[in-house]
Amino acid sequence: MLFRLDVHFSTYPVYQDQEALLATYFNEEFETLPRIALEALQLKRLQATVETVYRNVPFYRSSLDKAGITPASVCTLADLQRLPFTTKQDMRDSYPYALFAAPMEEIVRIHASSGTTGKPTVVGYTRKDIENWADLMARTLVTAGAHKGDIIHNAYGYGLFTGGLGVHNGAERLGASVIPISGGNTARQLMIMQDFGSTILTCTPSYSLFMAEEALAAGVDFRKLKLRVGIFGAEPWSEAMRLEIEEKLNLTALDIYGLSEIMGPGVAQECFEGKSGLHIWEDHFIPEIIDPVTGEVLPAGEKGELVITTITKQGIPLIRYRTRDITSLNYEPCVCGRTHARISRLSGRSDDMLIIRGVNVFPSQIESILVGIEGVEPHYLLIVDRQENLDTLEVQVEVDERIFSDEIKVLQRLARLIEKEIKDMLGVSCSVKLVEPKAIQRSEGKAKRVIDKRQL
Amino acid sequence: MKVEQISIFIENKSGRLAEVSSILGDAGVNIRALSLADTSDFGILRLIVNDREKAIAALKGRGFTVSKTEVVAVEVPDQPGGLASILHVLDAAAINVEYMYAFVERCGANAVIIFRFDETEKAITTLQAKGFNILDGQRLYGM
Repeated sequence: MLFRLDVHFSTYPVYQDQEALLATYFNEEFETLPRIALEALQLKRLQATVETVYRNVPFYRSSLDKAGITPASVCTLADLQRLPFTTKQDMRDSYPYALFAAPMEEIVRIHASSGTTGKPTVVGYTRKDIENWADLMARTLVTAGAHKGDIIHNAYGYGLFTGGLGVHNGAERLGASVIPISGGNTARQLMIMQDFGSTILTCTPSYSLFMAEEALAAGVDFRKLKLRVGIFGAEPWSEAMRLEIEEKLNLTALDIYGLSEIMGPGVAQECFEGKSGLHIWEDHFIPEIIDPVTGEVLPAGEKGELVITTITKQGIPLIRYRTRDITSLNYEPCVCGRTHARISRLSGRSDDMLIIRGVNVFPSQIESILVGIEGVEPHYLLIVDRQENLDTLEVQVEVDERIFSDEIKVLQRLARLIEKEIKDMLGVSCSVKLVEPKAIQRSEGKAKRVIDKRQL
Repeated sequence: MKVEQISIFIENKSGRLAEVSSILGDAGVNIRALSLADTSDFGILRLIVNDREKAIAALKGRGFTVSKTEVVAVEVPDQPGGLASILHVLDAAAINVEYMYAFVERCGANAVIIFRFDETEKAITTLQAKGFNILDGQRLYGM
């Protein structure tokens, strides 16, 4: 009911086949909406979202009441700044379903991303949410230069993680041929890429470089493959890495952004034409940049933490969600003709979350695993590096008298046990290194738990 | 009939063994026998010393992880086949050796083999029944 005003919402262009091959836009009307109309649409959708969450989500009712805000008092887009933030912690406190704004009978899909205490962050999608996601992901693919007839080699993981299914549904919505290969088994990936004639590759940037190394060893020549475009995301990367990928895989490498809390892949995408910043789909999301310490909204162009408000989501709408990702917003017109603002390449995180091979890892998760193993001290250090283009994680654990043994095999068994627990709980492979007590530097206040040696 | 050995956890990096031996030297501790087991990351230094408590206090004071373990010292004639004769007896009794190391007594007539068994008591009884001489700790520490 609340979304009845958005009559264009589910309409997507029906191209004639020939036209579709030439299409630059998936949904031209919305992608090129003049800013004044875009902002009017945002306000209308924001008001509806605030009303929905106020009515259906106790968390938002109490946080809005506390801030002295009624849905009726949201009169302009500037009023957004008065609304309270939603944090990852709020999502954890609401585990699993307390932030859902739609009844369970309307939720058709549940995804989750890893959390800090072993409990994931849970998101639910209504049928409409899934449709919108597919539309936005199709738009994202077209923005990256994809069209009907493309063979999309989707090496993002399928499962609770939103990457695989998100790209998959968008590719089908676009009408491209999608190969749901998921991650891993690189030799098979290369064979299929070669034999099936994949034209678009979607995976993490580090995995693409790993594929390039494996291809070299296997005698597969990327210049002979049909790959044209790579859509890479789910972990931070750099311009230097883009050049390396483009050189080694002989394709145009573009940056994609998304997070499960907001939707999944397809929240923002770098355009093929401009290749300079990622268009964030402002007809569905309102971006803001804040100072991560004070919470103040920063002017366009300044670097800070990205905050996103969802304005069409039904399952789990989020008001001013703090993404912890550091970027800036650019409202300058783009050569591609899209009017949606661009976020700059992510330059880091405002919290201690690490992204290792596309998986979110919080040091506190590792800590709770270590503490759960009999006798292991919570003195640990994580060393993240990138070797042969793949992220590596070394976990240094101090050996104290409770776990020390005069037998090598007992200590080695302990190291393997910790590695297995981390792999089982977090889905990340690591190597455990046992070190002498006090080998790990103690510091006053916040302990230094992470050394990230990756050169991006 | 048992001997107390001290074990020290050391990282596999240069200077660690030198540091341990300096600490023991400064504390006036004499090393009777030693063995080092190592992996690419870490090692375990096992020592028989003349003064265990002094050695442990000195090492712990410097932040090392130290433990005490009961091992068995067996005397065998220092001649070909000496070690084999013991191992055959253990094998026949299905006793496992976790690790072992050896040194030759100062007078030169006998070798002493330090064993860590999975079943210490059973090993001692079995070896004594076969006539092997098990050294007691006091004798070893003072050697």
